[in-house]
Amino acid sequence: MLGLEKKDFRLLLIVIGLTMLAPFILNPFPEGSEMAQFNAGYPDLMQRFVIFGIFAIGFNILFGLTGYLSFGHAAFLGAGSYAAVWMFKLLSMNVLPAIALSVLIAGLFSLIIGYVSLRRSGIYFSILTLAFAQMSFALAYSVLTPITGGETGLQLALDDPRIFGASQTATGNIPVPALFGLEMRASYEFSIGNWLFTFNAGYYLAAIFLIGSFYLAIRIFRSPFGMMLRAIKSNQTRMSYTGLNARPYTLAAFVISGMYAGLAGGLMASMDPLAGAERMQWTASGEVVLMTILGGAGTLIGPVLGAGMIKYFENIFSKINDTILHGWFAFLPDGLENFVVAIIHPFIGKGWHLTLGLVFMLVVIFLPGGLVQGGQKIAAMFQRKKPEDAKSKATEPAE
Amino acid sequence: MGILEVKGINKRFGGLQALGDVNLSVAENTTHAIIGPNGAGKSTLLNVLVGKLIPDSGSVMFDGQSVLGRKPHEINQMGISRVFQTPEIFSDLSVFENVMIPCFAKRDGAFRMHAIESIFAERGIQEQADAILADVNMLEKKDMIASSLSRGDKRRLEMAMCLVQDPKLLLLDEPTAGMARADTENTINLLKEIRQKRGITMAIIEHDMNVVFSLAERITVLAQGTPLVEDTPDNIKGHPKVREAYLGEAQV
Repeated sequence: MLGLEKKDFRLLLIVIGLTMLAPFILNPFPEGSEMAQFNAGYPDLMQRFVIFGIFAIGFNILFGLTGYLSFGHAAFLGAGSYAAVWMFKLLSMNVLPAIALSVLIAGLFSLIIGYVSLRRSGIYFSILTLAFAQMSFALAYSVLTPITGGETGLQLALDDPRIFGASQTATGNIPVPALFGLEMRASYEFSIGNWLFTFNAGYYLAAIFLIGSFYLAIRIFRSPFGMMLRAIKSNQTRMSYTGLNARPYTLAAFVISGMYAGLAGGLMASMDPLAGAERMQWTASGEVVLMTILGGAGTLIGPVLGAGMIKYFENIFSKINDTILHGWFAFLPDGLENFVVAIIHPFIGKGWHLTLGLVFMLVVIFLPGGLVQGGQKIAAMFQRKKPEDAKSKATEPAE
Repeated sequence: MGILEVKGINKRFGGLQALGDVNLSVAENTTHAIIGPNGAGKSTLLNVLVGKLIPDSGSVMFDGQSVLGRKPHEINQMGISRVFQTPEIFSDLSVFENVMIPCFAKRDGAFRMHAIESIFAERGIQEQADAILADVNMLEKKDMIASSLSRGDKRRLEMAMCLVQDPKLLLLDEPTAGMARADTENTINLLKEIRQKRGITMAIIEHDMNVVFSLAERITVLAQGTPLVEDTPDNIKGHPKVREAYLGEAQV
């Protein structure tokens, strides 16, 4: 189906199902209930899930397949964002040309950085990409202020010389990004009983791009090109003595993943038309590395899961504060309640990084294959239980 | 005129003259062994042939074209395949993928952007890969991950990866190094079979005299970076200079 094997097609269907039904899946708790703060089904966060999912899928094509660990991918995301905002300022508020230009600019940018960085491998490659990204960040932050807006970032203004479309709306406001008139911020709310579900235009646009990106990633993984990339990771000596030139393969993978990052950046700017230099900073590059490893590098679905998990932690755990904790543990005697809250305190609110760090350490130590490996282990446990009565001579112990 | 013509190769590492005026001619459709005691320059010579080292002077012509200054993948594309002392295979990939990759390299050259096509649609390549695996008796292991193979099987897989490209010259760097007796015998038989069935020209660097004398049709003896003598195996066995430089030492 669609040129995919049965298993991959099923995976694609799962991703389509999850993204299309996300407003329901992410809002399992009724409004106003104790648990409502764990709901993640609001447009801003859902958009972030899929945009960072795209970013991580692209990063995984480079890191997961070739093993080249880039520490500078945020530079391409940032470049994509700037390109999109400039399109909004100069051309039109339609998101499609903006996204197209962000992919193109990020592709060119990654071609240059990749061409230089891929002269080295291993740690030297990582350092080179990190250096390039930090240079881009520094440039965007200060020297290139006329283009990037410097510290304040690049924003739309009331006097933008937009070729197609007006500089201001009839009411004197800055127009918002739209897809042929459908505003990205437009939402449709739908409630059943106490449940409230939000369907946001921007989210669905980004989700469609995620599905497309995911489909393309499957095709790349299953192509001869993808096999060559895995061969590079496995043994470069044999690669060259088999008559294959590793350099153009790695460069192509680098540019493809750079274009994915540009797409993510363009979408980010389409949801909220501003771009800042901090999107290029090394912490942002490190984040996508964490997402990919947490989910499972080299697997298809892993990076999407990793991106979702990190963004969920960032947005949900950081919102829990001491008052909420006191509410939860009110049933305990006063002294004990305060004690428990004091223990949990460092892990919530601003301390969400601590929780994420612990989760990351546990995953890397016990599940080197990431969340996907965890899922496989659980699936294997169930499969082992079932055929116990039947003859299961082929089943090997999972551990 | 041999398929491989090495003329006046010199290579110096600091104060050490690794290769001194080496001349070598490998005739088409023969098995040519290069032997010599440790440090004779065998590996250095091989690395020159595959483009890993550039000699200080001299020329290496393969099939009428110069090899010098070309990268290993370009030399492979000219028709030289190499088997390593420790098998170099794609350990993380399946046996089947291991043999498909050289098929793609042979068909599509050093680089091709085939990122959308599916591997499963490449019928021709798959048949080629299946055929070579059947030839080396590894068809039933095609879905195994290469790193889980036994040492002997890794060697056979590497051989299959070279053979599937149908090279004009197969270079073997101590193909039986560190092998058990039975594995050595198997490798000798495998190489004999390849030689008879496919008529591939082979150049072998080897330590094990048993292997050399059961395979080689011509032997070059290298000592201290210089070819001592080149002759048939029978003549080499009795050659006094060779006994002195190499066999004598080996018999101690």
